[in-house]
Amino acid sequence: MTGPQHHSPPHWDYPQYEPGEPVALFIPCYIDQFYPRVAEATARLLIDQGVPVVYPEEQTCCGQPAFNSGYWEESRRVIRHFCDVFAGYRYIVCPSGSCTAMCRVFFAHVDPDERIVGVGRRVFELTEFLVEILGVADTGATFPHKVTMHSGCHGRRELGLLEQPLKLLKNVRGIEYRELPNIEECCGFGGTFSVKMPGTSLAMGQTKAANILKSGADVVCSVDISCLMHVHGILQRDPAMKHIRAMHIAEVLAAKGNGQ
Amino acid sequence: MPHPTIPLEGAQFLKAETVGLAEPRGFKALGESAERSAKHTAEIAATIPHWQEWREAANQIKSYAIANLDKLLVEFERNVTARGATVLWAADAHEANQYILDLVKEHNVKTIVKSKSMVSEEMELNHALEAVGARPVETDLGEYLVQLARQRPTHIVTPALHLSAADVGRLFQDKLKEPFSAEHQHLTNVARRHLREDFIIADMGISGCNFAMADTGTICVVENEGNAGLSTSAPPIHVVLMGVEKVIPGIQYLPVFLNLLGRSGTGQKLTTYTHLFHGPPPGRKMVVILLDNGRTNVLKDPAARMALFCIRCGACLNACPVYRRTGGWAYGWVYPGPIGAVLTPHLIGLDKAGKLPFASSLCGACGEACPVRIDIPHQLVHMRHRAVNEPSPMNSPMERLTWAVWAWWFSGPKRYRLAMAMVKLGIRMAKILPWHPGKLGAWTRGRELPRVPGGPAFRDWWRRNGAQMKPTSQTEPITHP
Repeated sequence: MTGPQHHSPPHWDYPQYEPGEPVALFIPCYIDQFYPRVAEATARLLIDQGVPVVYPEEQTCCGQPAFNSGYWEESRRVIRHFCDVFAGYRYIVCPSGSCTAMCRVFFAHVDPDERIVGVGRRVFELTEFLVEILGVADTGATFPHKVTMHSGCHGRRELGLLEQPLKLLKNVRGIEYRELPNIEECCGFGGTFSVKMPGTSLAMGQTKAANILKSGADVVCSVDISCLMHVHGILQRDPAMKHIRAMHIAEVLAAKGNGQ
Repeated sequence: MPHPTIPLEGAQFLKAETVGLAEPRGFKALGESAERSAKHTAEIAATIPHWQEWREAANQIKSYAIANLDKLLVEFERNVTARGATVLWAADAHEANQYILDLVKEHNVKTIVKSKSMVSEEMELNHALEAVGARPVETDLGEYLVQLARQRPTHIVTPALHLSAADVGRLFQDKLKEPFSAEHQHLTNVARRHLREDFIIADMGISGCNFAMADTGTICVVENEGNAGLSTSAPPIHVVLMGVEKVIPGIQYLPVFLNLLGRSGTGQKLTTYTHLFHGPPPGRKMVVILLDNGRTNVLKDPAARMALFCIRCGACLNACPVYRRTGGWAYGWVYPGPIGAVLTPHLIGLDKAGKLPFASSLCGACGEACPVRIDIPHQLVHMRHRAVNEPSPMNSPMERLTWAVWAWWFSGPKRYRLAMAMVKLGIRMAKILPWHPGKLGAWTRGRELPRVPGGPAFRDWWRRNGAQMKPTSQTEPITHP
């Protein structure tokens, strides 16, 4: 698999999926602990496509927080654990653009070991896997709400994710998709950036929140719930925006119209 | 409004405290203008079907040029010297200033007209000239305003981006004793009237250099106002300030850069003027100063080489959501924005500017905007890695220990489980406490903490339910604990 060089629009040659091949779930730590329903929805979406899903229980984290902070040696320790856990799988699916970018793009920066880079290259973001590898256009979901989508920067710029989640979202029954003004602009989360430069991070988040309100949506969804943890935290502080729900796109794509 | 030159250590991004660090400044106009420029340049680029090929070509030409700097600079020197120019090599800003001060003394120079040069900002040249009684006059309109206000540029292409027309009107009222006006055409005319006198009396002109062609010994300067043309042709002496990274192998490679620079910098197909200097006209003097000033530090770090490809178009500044909110001064030195955050630590040292690579959310908008395809976001993480390992304000044994402990907790599932249990407990407790210290306080200042779910973590739920999950029929609702 070839990857993007020097920030040209990313292009990936996706492998051919053989029916019945197992897919390993990589559930990022914050989803595992704080948003378990996102992980369930992810498993549900894959199982509904007839994909055998395994969840390697030894998994922890992709190493991104230390990596982004400059502590690559510490990050490498966690990455090596990750690669030990996932070494045996051809497909590793993750419901996060950011964590997927860490694996696929940045593992090579931290540890050029072929084995490490190889495992990282086999990690796919959920909507990317559904659309590009399984060829899914419609997950059969029903979600009768006004929904907008936040596009996480790592997913979009490192992996080229934008059309895939939008395609799946627009095919959900009953959905009223609302365009997000300035969709390309960062929400200001940036992991440790949000606490290292809190003023600037907040100012960026407030712009994003205002644009979400402007979209007229009742629900904002994203392939990255980490961005939304920050954005939703801001929405909740504002009486005019409090009503807007934040959901992971997997929850929307797995919804069966029972008003969840 | 007058804002003195900011000493590096006073820059917002370089302050020690976490809380209050990098507060956005009240530069609403700057943010809006930068955002408008970014959208405009992106639209212009989108009209070129082979834009990505141009970027790639420019990247490869620069890559070749930087790898062969030693040969190309000597070739350039030979060719421009053959046409009558003098080439001086300066290792640092001090040496470059000294060359100019020697010329000032030798030729009894009183007034110097300068067209835009970021290298001269690096050199603090105006201070050096003023110190010996010479009078440097910035003739680029934005630079002129910033000089009048005794400020530093907030942007490398549009230096007075932070000033509104009304600000300029008040500035002219204060410094030039002109009646107040906030009307663009009128203000431009005032500046033109004042500048024209200086072009006539100037004894020396100083320009920057956008590109230097090794094979022909040609210097290319682009501009929009005509001031560079006047600065370089009216006075008897023309001094060119050029960073050593500006050389490209040959003149046949120039067009792709001109196409990229105008579009990325200001959204123009070409700048209004493109000057090509092939040496001094008869009876005139031309001196080219080749400045290193830390640039060869980049060559010592092969992973960072791309940082020298920059053509100073400013596109990454306009695209950067952090820059738009903090303005250029927050970066503390000459080059702001994402490229400044990458380049400044190379040029002046990580010990002084080690915090700059952290002034980014790593969103990657800069890398997308860069016309020569510098991988700025990846350069930022590379410089972060260096900043925590080399002498710099980010090299902290305490933080290293924190991450080492984190790595231990997160490299085994049992330890991970315990660590996450503690995080959840911490958040539950924090929700009760009225005040939060440190980084937690930085989060809750403007955001709610995430809800801690009552049920099990996914891994525990999966252990009980994973094996029973079967494909559902289309109507069956998804179940939750």
